[in-house]
Amino acid sequence: MATKTASSAQQLAASQSLSAIKRTRAIQRMVAYAALTLLAIVFSIPFAWLLTTSLKPPAQLFRLPLEWIPHPFTWKNYPQALTMIPFFVYLKNTVYIALFNVVASVISCSLVAYGFARIRWPGRDTLFVVLIATLMIPYPVTLIPTFLIFRDLGWINTPHPLTWPAFTGNAFFIFLMRQFYMTIPQELSSAAKIDGASEFQIYRLIILPLARPALAVVALFTFLANWNDFLGPLVYLSDRDQYTLAIGMYGFLSRSGTAFGPLMAAATMMVLPIVVLFFLAQRTFIQGITLTGIKG
Amino acid sequence: MAQISLRNRRPINPLVKRNLINGLLFISPWLIGLLIFTIYPVLASFYYSFTQYDIVSPPRWIGLDNYIEAFTADPLFYRAVGNTLWYAVIALPLNMFVAVGVSLLLNMQVRGLPIYRTLFFLPSIVPEIASALLWGWMLNPQFGLVNQLLKGIGLPSLGWLSDPTWSKPALIVIGLWGFGGSMVIYLAALQDISEQLYEAAEIDGAGSWAKTRYITLPMLTPTIFFNLVLGLIGTFQYFTTAFVLTAGGPAGSTTFYALLIYNNAFRYFKMGYASALAWLLFAFVLTLTLVIFKTSGRWVYYEGEKSDGN
Repeated sequence: MATKTASSAQQLAASQSLSAIKRTRAIQRMVAYAALTLLAIVFSIPFAWLLTTSLKPPAQLFRLPLEWIPHPFTWKNYPQALTMIPFFVYLKNTVYIALFNVVASVISCSLVAYGFARIRWPGRDTLFVVLIATLMIPYPVTLIPTFLIFRDLGWINTPHPLTWPAFTGNAFFIFLMRQFYMTIPQELSSAAKIDGASEFQIYRLIILPLARPALAVVALFTFLANWNDFLGPLVYLSDRDQYTLAIGMYGFLSRSGTAFGPLMAAATMMVLPIVVLFFLAQRTFIQGITLTGIKG
Repeated sequence: MAQISLRNRRPINPLVKRNLINGLLFISPWLIGLLIFTIYPVLASFYYSFTQYDIVSPPRWIGLDNYIEAFTADPLFYRAVGNTLWYAVIALPLNMFVAVGVSLLLNMQVRGLPIYRTLFFLPSIVPEIASALLWGWMLNPQFGLVNQLLKGIGLPSLGWLSDPTWSKPALIVIGLWGFGGSMVIYLAALQDISEQLYEAAEIDGAGSWAKTRYITLPMLTPTIFFNLVLGLIGTFQYFTTAFVLTAGGPAGSTTFYALLIYNNAFRYFKMGYASALAWLLFAFVLTLTLVIFKTSGRWVYYEGEKSDGN
């Protein structure tokens, strides 16, 4: 009897402290929601301002106090942006460079990563450390001699310096692919080997099909990096008909003066595909981020 | 026993040899790239750093003059070093702090997580040129939204990018907008931490602060380390936003190191001098990397390594 009362008292105390914990948790969570929501609003303001500026008539931009709602609402900035810069030429150049890089780096990174992840050979781990070490070298260090190489090849003011190097792979994506390959059971390779498959056949027929999610990550991030790249085109492209969107927009900035409406319209047209891409490929984005975290 | 006899048989056994050839073949694209785009440029820029080279006429050997110029005759060199270190010491930790903080909040099993995550992450994938143009407009001293909002809450208007005092803080604000890139990495790491650890701590009576302090943060240190290294490299490459918005001004207040190298190389065509600057950066990064990796053992916790005595 006595023990029973004692245990029920304990239970009561436990449930009381449990409800106390629940209460503090509920409060904590409310604070978290408030902070997150406030922050989310603040971080969305620039997007909203970009969009609304691009839809305002020129006079409204310089009327104080500033207004959020375009009045009168106008689309004119968009066609104006398209005529102030050869937008579609820039777009074509950008897409060409980005897609070239996607194809080339998917091929090269998946091959190189295979050599690092699925074959055991003397010196491999040392070279892998070298690969990681190259990630630490900021590009300004190698920029000048690399520029001179391309100058000697006669490649300045062509897209080649921005495309062909992709066939040598990218250290970060090689690392990413390797992390993914490491998670594929070794038995699959051994079984194929017993059946007489060569390493290339194993790569092509077994590993690559399994690595599709990682390939998608490399493709997506490569596209994004090239769509956004500024310095590369700035250094290597000097004629307007070679420009990408990124440096085309920069030229636009210097020529447009205070035409912020068309400028923001052009910026919107550059940002929008990225936003759409994100919503289409959200899962791939998240996967890519998770991949960087896999320990190996 | 088997191993000993294997080792004694021949210097190279055919399987090892075949694997070596295959391995090298697979990584050959990268090896070629390493030689052409990393090793050669690093060595070549070492050579160029001792020359005067305007691209048109061939490089002329001038010994240590470029290095002497950097340290004694170029006030912008110290400005650039100072600005870059300032960014590394103030902007980077601030960015990391916000990213860790928000990811901790998001990890409290909040409803609507995907929406919050998307809103915080999107700015980080906006092209730098677009975000620079947008922020240049928002930070416009007269007609910018930021000053109007400041005025709305009774704060003074600032000159932002046109004021040497406020130009770097302006760049911090712009950089902070993109914190979501590292936040999602933290969030992925947080979701990886085993629930059992928290349950065990709860049994021991740990509150939420204790759990954060003694479980979450230690388990997060590898990710913090990863982001710290990435962030430092990013700082040494920091270029586009400053180039577009301020071109290094006003009064050199946003001349970052990468911008200094770019200007010397491609604006003034002082390739030799720019190479010397590049090599100083290389030496600095090399030292810093060694220091970071040597000291990381003291604060970075790797699961499953402690028991090996390593």
